[in-house]
Amino acid sequence: MPDRFAIDTSELTRQFGNLTAVDHIALRVPYGEIFGLLGANGAGKSTVIKMLTTLLSPTSGTADVGGFDIIRSPADVRRRIGYVSQLLSADGALTGYENLRLSAKLYDIPATERKERIENALEFMSLVDSADKLVRTYSGGMIRRLELAQAMLHRPAILFLDEPTIGLDPVARHTVWDRLIDLRRNHGMTVLITTHDMEEAEALCDNLAILHRGKISVVGKPAELRAGLGEGANMDDVFVHYAGGSIQESGTFREIVQNRRTAHRLG
Amino acid sequence: MKRFIRESAAIVQVELIKLIRDPTEIISRAVQPLLWLVVFGQVLAQVRGIQTGQLSYLAFITPGILAQSVLFSAIFYGIAIIWERDLGVVHKLLVSPALRISLVFGKAVAAGFRGLLQATVIYLIAFVMHVSLRLDPFAIFAVLVSVMLGSGIFATFSLVIACIVKTRERFMGIGQLLTMPMFFASNAIYPLEIMPGWLRFIAQINPLTYLIDALRGLMITGGESIHGYAVDFSVLLAVFCALLFVAVKLYPTLAE
Repeated sequence: MPDRFAIDTSELTRQFGNLTAVDHIALRVPYGEIFGLLGANGAGKSTVIKMLTTLLSPTSGTADVGGFDIIRSPADVRRRIGYVSQLLSADGALTGYENLRLSAKLYDIPATERKERIENALEFMSLVDSADKLVRTYSGGMIRRLELAQAMLHRPAILFLDEPTIGLDPVARHTVWDRLIDLRRNHGMTVLITTHDMEEAEALCDNLAILHRGKISVVGKPAELRAGLGEGANMDDVFVHYAGGSIQESGTFREIVQNRRTAHRLG
Repeated sequence: MKRFIRESAAIVQVELIKLIRDPTEIISRAVQPLLWLVVFGQVLAQVRGIQTGQLSYLAFITPGILAQSVLFSAIFYGIAIIWERDLGVVHKLLVSPALRISLVFGKAVAAGFRGLLQATVIYLIAFVMHVSLRLDPFAIFAVLVSVMLGSGIFATFSLVIACIVKTRERFMGIGQLLTMPMFFASNAIYPLEIMPGWLRFIAQINPLTYLIDALRGLMITGGESIHGYAVDFSVLLAVFCALLFVAVKLYPTLAE
């Protein structure tokens, strides 16, 4: 069944001059899954998201998103996805309601349904009381929730989130997580999320892939990846092991674990 | 077509809301035409060094100052586009299924409305300074169309530059580099006939010249279009369509 996967890439590659930012990636994300894409800065996470959301053309390879080819049918892909970028993209000079109304119009939500959909989205994101305030007066967490509301307003099948909780305080971060879990549970939405936050990856993701220098180092469930590194390994250890760099700089995994244990004992 | 109009209108609506909420730019941009008309125009009118036919020098430069105001206001539109890129607004727009041409055209129309506000200010200044203005409905309507078209051209041109340079610092340099030469290599403050051959050639390929030519005939009592309105509007429309085509191709590169 070709349409079983919400995201299905084959040999997906992007080069910038001599630099290969994404190198022959094969990734399959089933519908309804929250999938994490992890990696150090410059590993290629954002480039992958940009290609899958049709913002950037691949140099070679293919990808289907929501059953449509990102190169041949970009408009069909765009209708089926929602996107929250790493940047705070809500327009600060507009109110929350106005930001949502713009999205509703660009996503061709019928005029008769617009008001109700916007109100539902505001309610779902606990932003009803702030709907008529300028977004520049919102807190970081409120802006992120507004952006999620914008991204889900047209009821996309797949949601792309590029480091959505970066810079948020723990309360705001947990609120965003709760909303994402609700979205998956209530709407069956597939979510692809990039993050540096290992706690986030473990709390949210059914499966995750770790990118290193544009290539996928490993794919698996968080618990399996931890177990694969031995007893006592946590998600940070998994990241360090598969995301590269730190091993060469700081010794082997075993040494890192030992050093941590020692540090822990020493308090 | 319906979709194109709906999407463009959504962009225009957002831009107008922002403009109404913060009219600082409109107010600050009114200062420059005030200086050109009240100081420069009046002083040069006393000198009588530039032959402007049956029009007074002040009447002659009024359409030129309106076109200059439209140019200066629209040409820096690219900075706002680069700002939107840095904020991620461009990415969000480009991930939506909206037609690229709607996004670019909406920006151009919004620039046109800014231009109309500039035109209102200049009409008021000209009226106070006793410039003999044409106020018949056809002339007013045609001026509105000219200003919308001129603003659209320069805003789209600005967007093209923004897509190429991608940073505010570079854009500022290039914006300054383009605006003053475009203004001086036009018929804004002196007629084409008194220009040296090389400058007249540049003026003839400068779209600002055709905007001013049309405005001079439409705004001023006794003014005339040297090229004829058909030529003026055809050139302006052709330039706008060409720039729109290029901008639609380049706009998505802002998100790369």
